[in-house]
Amino acid sequence: MRAHGSVAIAVLLPDVLGTYSDAGNAVVLAQRLRWRGVAAEIVDVTAGTVPPTGCDLYVIGGGEDTAEYVAADWLARHDGLRTALAERAVSLAVCAGLQIFGRVMTDRAGVEHAGLGLLDLVSSPGARRTVGESVSVSTLPGVGRVTGFHNHGGVTLLGPDALPFAHTERGPGNHPGTRVEGAVSRPTADAATGPGIVATYLHGPVLARNPALADHLLARALGAPLPPLDPDRLPDMAALRATYLG
Amino acid sequence: MNVVGTGRGPTIRFRVAVTAGRLAAEVSRRLGCGGGSVIGGRVAHRLCPDVLTRLAAGRTSVLVTGTNGKTTTSHLVAAALRDRGPVAHNASGSNMLDGAVGALMATPRSRLCVLEVDELHLGPVLDAVRPAVLVLLNLSRDQLDRVSEVRQTARTVESVLARHPDTVVVANADDPLVVSAAGSSPHVVWVAAGAGWEADTRTCPTCGHQVSRRTNGLRAVSWWCDHCGLHRPCPAWWWTPADEPGGFVVHHRDVAAVTVVSGLPGRVNRSNTTIALAAADAVGTDPASAAPHVARVRSVAGRYDRVAWEDRLVRSVLVKNPAGWGEALDVLAGARPVLLVVNAREADGRDVSWLWDLPVDVLRGRVVAVAGERAADLGVRLSYAGIPHHSHPDPLVALAALPAGEVDAVANYTAFRDLRRSLAGPARPRRPGGGTGHPRPAPEVPPPGPPGPAEPAGPDSGRRRCAPTVP
Repeated sequence: MRAHGSVAIAVLLPDVLGTYSDAGNAVVLAQRLRWRGVAAEIVDVTAGTVPPTGCDLYVIGGGEDTAEYVAADWLARHDGLRTALAERAVSLAVCAGLQIFGRVMTDRAGVEHAGLGLLDLVSSPGARRTVGESVSVSTLPGVGRVTGFHNHGGVTLLGPDALPFAHTERGPGNHPGTRVEGAVSRPTADAATGPGIVATYLHGPVLARNPALADHLLARALGAPLPPLDPDRLPDMAALRATYLG
Repeated sequence: MNVVGTGRGPTIRFRVAVTAGRLAAEVSRRLGCGGGSVIGGRVAHRLCPDVLTRLAAGRTSVLVTGTNGKTTTSHLVAAALRDRGPVAHNASGSNMLDGAVGALMATPRSRLCVLEVDELHLGPVLDAVRPAVLVLLNLSRDQLDRVSEVRQTARTVESVLARHPDTVVVANADDPLVVSAAGSSPHVVWVAAGAGWEADTRTCPTCGHQVSRRTNGLRAVSWWCDHCGLHRPCPAWWWTPADEPGGFVVHHRDVAAVTVVSGLPGRVNRSNTTIALAAADAVGTDPASAAPHVARVRSVAGRYDRVAWEDRLVRSVLVKNPAGWGEALDVLAGARPVLLVVNAREADGRDVSWLWDLPVDVLRGRVVAVAGERAADLGVRLSYAGIPHHSHPDPLVALAALPAGEVDAVANYTAFRDLRRSLAGPARPRRPGGGTGHPRPAPEVPPPGPPGPAEPAGPDSGRRRCAPTVP
């Protein structure tokens, strides 16, 4: 938390990776803090700026292929940010963000683009585009079933140093050959507290559909669990969850 | 299909195809299966693969494509040309190849033809019709689950245009994706038609680097890419507000200005009208004589209609994607209660993540109800934005929660169709319960009003001093 008591949530490159509305994840995080009386600010980190390295939470979203490589190059040029993501902050990386946080992204021409290497995973073009609703069960404590929408051309395989974020119940995951959804950077036993990365292919935005995941990230960033939220704040949430999980 | 032997020659095949197509359309109409133009077109096309080329031969054609505004703009172009005789027009919005065939079969003797064409089906239609003019309105994300990414659409349009160097392209100078697609064509008439949606062009469609914009406080009035040099071209056409209600003035850099009193609301329709007059001009119709005809277009395939339901007067607007929602919220600017209806069937796009890109702040202070199969997604989105609302999946139940009087309804594709059907049906008893309730009352005091009109357009002082802008 920053000195003046406000939690800083950075949206990385909303101008480059804004195709799938994942910046909504930051709105969810900030509002869930404010509803509990915790001040929060959202910082849009656009390509023309020097990225802040002291934010509590970082979110990064999905985008088209060209934009993805531009974003990866930009992130690789900012060492301080990379260190913050690797060691200090809690981060949510979605879709292209997941691929960029991995080790290697291979494009359709077979060219390998370096990722940030924050997660032990590699991505390459799939035989066909992966599109559709997905339901999975998270490995993170207290998060439970998660819902979201897949829409990507690449497929991803995890290495030994990354763990699944979730196991799919129905619908697609990272790769047609596995039932793995997303990735997390640390052993799940330790993941209830402290910094780390949660990565997923799920849009929706994922935190709008899965409030328990939002609270998991916030608890890690604050170092303590948050009090429960008055359900009247989100009168439509039960119907939303029933729409996708029923 | 061996009705037509291959040895009998294409002319007989063509005649048989058209006759069979008309018959199929007539049967479809009589069976109450819709207008019949698509099925008729499909039959004729199956029997004679080059039927569209033959039907279009000898006519002067205007094609209208882009993500948003195709149906409205094609109606405006057709109205602008109608003084010159009958116009073949796929007025119902059947905008793929079969619909084009159906429209031309239905109006065989017209010398003029206006066709809206789905941007993803432009190639075959453009190749067959060889139009005098192609209107390219805008390109933005639309149904990301079904359509590949929008930059790919721009590249496809560009490659189609490369095959038709003689076609005049009337194109929106304010949309970088449009400029990237049309910029290489030898004959482009640029129109300052505005671009309220910038989320797909924050980076350059050509090279992927950041696009710079200069604004007049509300909207971009100039844009350029420092890396590859793509920039806003000089528009030949633009519009400015006029004093009379609904009025605006269409300007061309070489022609006398024309005042239009529009029958359609909102900034987006002023831009559509300007583009329609530019297209009419490109096929030799005087914009001044076309303007009164264009002004008589007041409702387009149900859009902007006012329908009475119980003690409410509902004006419904169709939107299909986030750019369209942004424009609709501008069209509806005011303090009236608003009903938002969202479905997520195949025709709508299955993923509603884009709800999070909507400029929902304009709803603040209005009485809002959400409905449709994805009412809950929209409701959650509004709650996170701090906007109280009623919600219920059934649009009529949600509508009943709004106060009597004028109501604006915004709905996406299948939701719009279903809403119009429901509004036309007999009034039903309201079903209490079932919705998510309404924990906090909506404010009763009307808000101070919509954001005021933009300041009048000044001359552009971006990179090149030439460009009038959308106010």
